[in-house]
Amino acid sequence: MTTADLFLWFFGGLIPLAGFAYWLAQSKAIAAESAHTARFHSRPSFFGWYSLIWLALPAMAVALLCSILQMFHIYQIPGPILLATALILGMAGLWFSLTHMQADFRARQAVEKVMRSLLLTAATISILTTIGIVLSVVFESIRFFQVIPIWDFITGTKWQPDTAFLIGAGRGGEGVAPPLFGSLPIFAGTFMITLIAMLVAVPIGLFAAIYMSEYASHNNRGRLKPLLEILAGIPTVVYGFFAAITVSPFIVNVAHAMGLEADYTNALAPGLIMGVMIIPFMSSLSDDVIRAVPQELRDGALALGTTKAETIRHIVLPAAFPGIVSAFLLAVSRAIGETMIVVMAAGLRPNLTANPLEGMTTVTVKIVEALTGDQEFDSAFTLSAFALGLVLLTLTLILNIISAMVVRKFRQRYA
Amino acid sequence: MHNKADNFLHQGVHPRKRKRERADARFHFYGLAAVSLALGFLVIFFIDIIGQALPAFHLTEVLVKVHYTEAVKSNYNKAIDHKLSRIVGRSWLRSLPMKIEANPALIGTEEELWIAADSRVDQYLKGHDGHGLKNKYRKIVDKMQQQGKVRDVFNWAFFQSGDSKLPESAGILAAAIGSLFTLLITMLVAVPIGVMTAIYLEEFATDNTFTRLVEVNINNLAAIPSILYGLLGLAIFINFMGVPRSSALAGGLTLALMTLPLIIIATRAALRAVPESIREAAFGLGASSLQVAWHHVLPLAMPGILTGSIIGLAQAMGETAPLIIVGMMAYIPDAPGSILEATTVLPAQIYTWSTESMRGYSERTAAGIMVLLTVLLSLNALAVKLRNRSEKNW
Amino acid sequence: MDTEMQTKMKIRDLKLWYGDFEALHGINLDVYSDKVTAFIGPSGCGKSTFLRCMNRMNDRIASCRIEGQMLLEGSDIYAPEVDVVQLRTHVGMVFQKPNPFPKSIYENVAYAPRIHGLVTDGPDMDELVETSLKKASIWNEVKDKLQQPGTALSGGQQQRLCIARTIAVQPDVILMDEPCSALDPIATAKIEELMDELKNDYTIVIVTHNMQQAARVSDYTAYFYLGDLMEFGETQQIFTAPTHQKTEDYITGRFG
Repeated sequence: MTTADLFLWFFGGLIPLAGFAYWLAQSKAIAAESAHTARFHSRPSFFGWYSLIWLALPAMAVALLCSILQMFHIYQIPGPILLATALILGMAGLWFSLTHMQADFRARQAVEKVMRSLLLTAATISILTTIGIVLSVVFESIRFFQVIPIWDFITGTKWQPDTAFLIGAGRGGEGVAPPLFGSLPIFAGTFMITLIAMLVAVPIGLFAAIYMSEYASHNNRGRLKPLLEILAGIPTVVYGFFAAITVSPFIVNVAHAMGLEADYTNALAPGLIMGVMIIPFMSSLSDDVIRAVPQELRDGALALGTTKAETIRHIVLPAAFPGIVSAFLLAVSRAIGETMIVVMAAGLRPNLTANPLEGMTTVTVKIVEALTGDQEFDSAFTLSAFALGLVLLTLTLILNIISAMVVRKFRQRYA
Repeated sequence: MHNKADNFLHQGVHPRKRKRERADARFHFYGLAAVSLALGFLVIFFIDIIGQALPAFHLTEVLVKVHYTEAVKSNYNKAIDHKLSRIVGRSWLRSLPMKIEANPALIGTEEELWIAADSRVDQYLKGHDGHGLKNKYRKIVDKMQQQGKVRDVFNWAFFQSGDSKLPESAGILAAAIGSLFTLLITMLVAVPIGVMTAIYLEEFATDNTFTRLVEVNINNLAAIPSILYGLLGLAIFINFMGVPRSSALAGGLTLALMTLPLIIIATRAALRAVPESIREAAFGLGASSLQVAWHHVLPLAMPGILTGSIIGLAQAMGETAPLIIVGMMAYIPDAPGSILEATTVLPAQIYTWSTESMRGYSERTAAGIMVLLTVLLSLNALAVKLRNRSEKNW
Repeated sequence: MDTEMQTKMKIRDLKLWYGDFEALHGINLDVYSDKVTAFIGPSGCGKSTFLRCMNRMNDRIASCRIEGQMLLEGSDIYAPEVDVVQLRTHVGMVFQKPNPFPKSIYENVAYAPRIHGLVTDGPDMDELVETSLKKASIWNEVKDKLQQPGTALSGGQQQRLCIARTIAVQPDVILMDEPCSALDPIATAKIEELMDELKNDYTIVIVTHNMQQAARVSDYTAYFYLGDLMEFGETQQIFTAPTHQKTEDYITGRFG
């Protein structure tokens, strides 16, 4: 019996049985209530739900327990036994719930307690997701750092992992050049592309926000905003294609015309396009904080005879500054973690240079490269993806936390 | 007096004032320029993509005479004039032996058929650089064209087939079905869990450490790069839980976790917009908190929840990076039969094609992008419409 | 005081805190059956807070803590075994701002009887909706448009619909939290008229800012000041011969 069959049998049996339990308990409650003189505390439908829960919960607990046992490779319970156990426990639960059918039994409270726990469980999933992300990168990173010293990883300037699989296959030693995992050039590339992206996104995004919140009429604003947001709705793989097929050759041609040498995998193309992608992000976050600056501040300045631009420059922007900083930090974190644009348009070769026309690579490119080849899962090369992921996670978390702290300061002042 | 006041307001412009006015105009211009730049990019982008994509929607067919003989069973090249073997699409040629096998009565007959041409012929006739068609074949094609044995038709195959190693028969159907499967899983997992979390936080939770932890956590999750969700999917779902690699289940679950914070945030905003007076009214009549949430708050928040969910799912639909990590970019020509089979999705298909070197693929990449963008922009437009329609005051 | 009166609710030494702030300092009060009791007092005196304690609407505020006794026909409504939901079917509430559900007029009235299982949908429910709307003196205005949304009615009509909705569960006590403060004088007059009829069947407690209203509609009046019950007695006595100087000052408009 395959897992898929087991699933089908389990839920194929559980759902009709649950419906039956509901119907049985509800009709018994209606009959009992009309035979009884006083009204029951809970409505018959709650008795229905109560029995349904008593049938479904034990059965699902059995299934969950078995799948956990199997996941940890402790013991694999045969399918038919699992199904039989679930059925027996479910029926026992149903029988038990029916013995509660009395006038003063609070079925509603019991049902609501279970529903409340269900909602709480759902809320816990988001925490589990974070834990999952942290654990998945931390565990594999530890294995990576057992092979490659963490100091070499952080400060090394050469990334040459090609021979790592030999060590993984037990053939390390003399005659084989040791693999090098110096991540410095990779981070340099990431920061270069992020810098270019910010040089595009920050001025354009900020001025667009100023224009929309301070200059544009209400109608124009209503029309411009959704148009700008189209930019945010374009998938990154599409941006990547555009950067690689259209922008990159264009840059090479322009550079050539100016007498410069440019690689087709130059950092400029992905940087520029990433900047465009981030414009709506930057503009809508800035727009929010600029509009949150109280109108009285503007009125006060205008009443002193300042021009509109002076009001914005001297009053509005300084007031909105923490919010803008927070938006900037979030935008940086987004640029650092962006993957498809750089995978498609940036290079694969780690390159420590300040020339944006040369090819360079980024953290996310290296993660994708390490995990999409035919490498064995245990080789240091594959594990390096998780080490890079750990750094990426740490970086974005720090940026998010600083950004949240800055914006909280802003809110305390004006909201 | 009156004159003096008039003079004061209309006196010749002070040089300093003129400078300030110029600065004001300049600032206004910067704003306008920023918006124009962004929108200008959008226009160029769409023109470029559509320009690249349009050729993919039509395709060259050639008229060839087919001879069905016993020899074709073992060597399909014998079915047609050997000079044409590089002109017609190979996938059709390869299907001939099976066709004869299935219908032996065909042997000994012959017929004239319009067949999709090889991609190189197609590219040559579309006048694209880098078509890769050799000189001697070019002459054959030119001659056939004079004889009227070449025609241009709408490329139905693009919407009816999956990926292929031959560009002329590569299509997006398999990827579209894969996307549908994956998105279905994402929706079934992320929407209920997201809505339940939001209901818990807005309607039930008291302000304690756990609640604050969940809130901080959700905001952080919303800002974590999508590729890290791919690492989570690989480590937890595939390596630990044993979900098959490349399957719609693995991809869908990964995307579900990624979409979850968006849906939670949107749902919370929608729940918060329901006025407190409605809750009070229901509580005052003796409804329990579950009944208040289920009978009153949720129905009123539904348009907002739907809008948020659609936007979240549209984003998941365009996401590529985490899916690459969970193995959804392999060469998978067939549509999946179940959520456990290996599959690809639209954005991953676009990525795969973009890495192919043959000219025929790059126009298909652009065409795939057009299809994806059409779906995503329609979804977003639907969400905006829903939001506008439901914006009402209590 | 008339000792023949039946006491519906008996409140003894009720104290209430919002976090560390003590908002009510030991209230002692009797609410008599089938009478209208008005709570008056300046803003922030705790009269609304106290009203909300009477059907435990304050339970929704996490920081709110209560001590003392609040007895409804002899049983403490704050006892641990009490089901709030059932309590609220005995003690209904009408709010300051009319808050009909954005559903049809019929559904507004039928909702509570349905969730409490008082009658089943069908002719029984139709009859209950009709009698409730009649008792709230709004039947003639809405009988032809029962399926239209309750939110489309005028403010005064909405408030009477909310009263009809409360009556439909046949409560013993109806709490009204400044029910006319959002209404115009004509709509207010109609609600006051309605209260006069309703007190034959229900015990009514009303919080009001408007002293004329308290004088017009109530049989008993309680004057609250800074979280204390300063004075309680027959309305006529409170308004003609208050025993406390503070009460005198308030009703004569010297502060408030």
